[in-house]
Amino acid sequence: MSAHDHDHMPITNGHEPAAAMRARALEELLVAKGVLRAEEIRAGIDWLVSRTPADGARLIARAWVDPEFKQRLLADARSAALELGLDPGPSPVVVALENTEVVHHMIVCTLCSCYPRALLGPPPAWYKSLPYRSRAVSDPHGVLAEFGLEIPDDVELRVLDSTADIRYLVIPRRPPGTDQLSEEQLAALVTRDSMIGVAQPSAPALA
Amino acid sequence: MERGVHDRGGLPTHESIDRSEHTLEDWEVLTDALAGALGRRGLINVDELRRGIESMPRDDYERASYYERWLFSIETILTEKGVLAAGELDGRVAG
Amino acid sequence: MTYRVGEPVTIATRAHSGHHRTPAYIKGKTGRIERLHAAFRNPETRAYGDDGLPEMPLYLVSFERSDLWPDTPAGGSHRIYVDVFEHWLEEPK
Repeated sequence: MSAHDHDHMPITNGHEPAAAMRARALEELLVAKGVLRAEEIRAGIDWLVSRTPADGARLIARAWVDPEFKQRLLADARSAALELGLDPGPSPVVVALENTEVVHHMIVCTLCSCYPRALLGPPPAWYKSLPYRSRAVSDPHGVLAEFGLEIPDDVELRVLDSTADIRYLVIPRRPPGTDQLSEEQLAALVTRDSMIGVAQPSAPALA
Repeated sequence: MERGVHDRGGLPTHESIDRSEHTLEDWEVLTDALAGALGRRGLINVDELRRGIESMPRDDYERASYYERWLFSIETILTEKGVLAAGELDGRVAG
Repeated sequence: MTYRVGEPVTIATRAHSGHHRTPAYIKGKTGRIERLHAAFRNPETRAYGDDGLPEMPLYLVSFERSDLWPDTPAGGSHRIYVDVFEHWLEEPK
């Protein structure tokens, strides 16, 4: 390898990818130039790592036990989140879509990765992947089959492509045999994937 | 119908979906936080970030990881706006 | 013009070389208005540093999947829902 080739190779530090070094160099540069302060970057990191699906699960569990809350959630999910003291995130509009006996919803962002992160945490890698973004709209039954979810023929499968500032989440159907569970126990059944629409909530554990 | 490199809906593919979980690396969270902080400062908005990503050559877009696209876009937009000088980040990485 | 829920609507096919959020797979296709969302700043101009004003009405438009991909296996109604700005909507011919 000639010296010329070395000039064009990505510089790596042991096992670290070049992108990691580049991101850190960008941070250092922006702070050194006074464009950003270290504290605001830190605050941003702290917010990002604080996001999990737990807040979304709380919305769903409350909707399952309180029909009037469910109507408010369906009318304006952003306000419903605020009602429970949750952070709905920066999007001005959040819409919750209810799965029923005859309708199942599935969410995708074919153009990038739009996702209700404040309520669901970081999107899974597969949600941002090229095959999911391609096939969710052209072969959603096939995609769901890969996730192990089969939708009966008489259930309408609706796919939501989040192309604008609206953020969508799914209200999955309440699992059978959960009448005796508390709201907190119900929330524990609500998975991230069930709020995207590629899975059903967990079944209750046997007593 | 011509489409941008990012416009993936319905594109034919036999690729199966890798459903394994990936915890974000520190540098990925950092990149996300940099974009957010720059956004709050009014230096790059989400539409500019997307436009920058969409300006990647198709092969680069398809090979790059998600946050590698973000890094490309942040550098592109900030250089466009004169916040970074051309090649300044390369210099910092090398130096 | 303003479109009403339930109305059929066709997505424009115009070539748009800059940033825009109307996916190729619905351009030229006819769907149905499902919702009128609020108005939002235009990402097509915001992407180039403009303030994105005036805000443009955003609609949720649904399409029958078999209209988008003719080789979709027959059976049942399955719709794809997409958020589309008003200036990409046309009356069906």
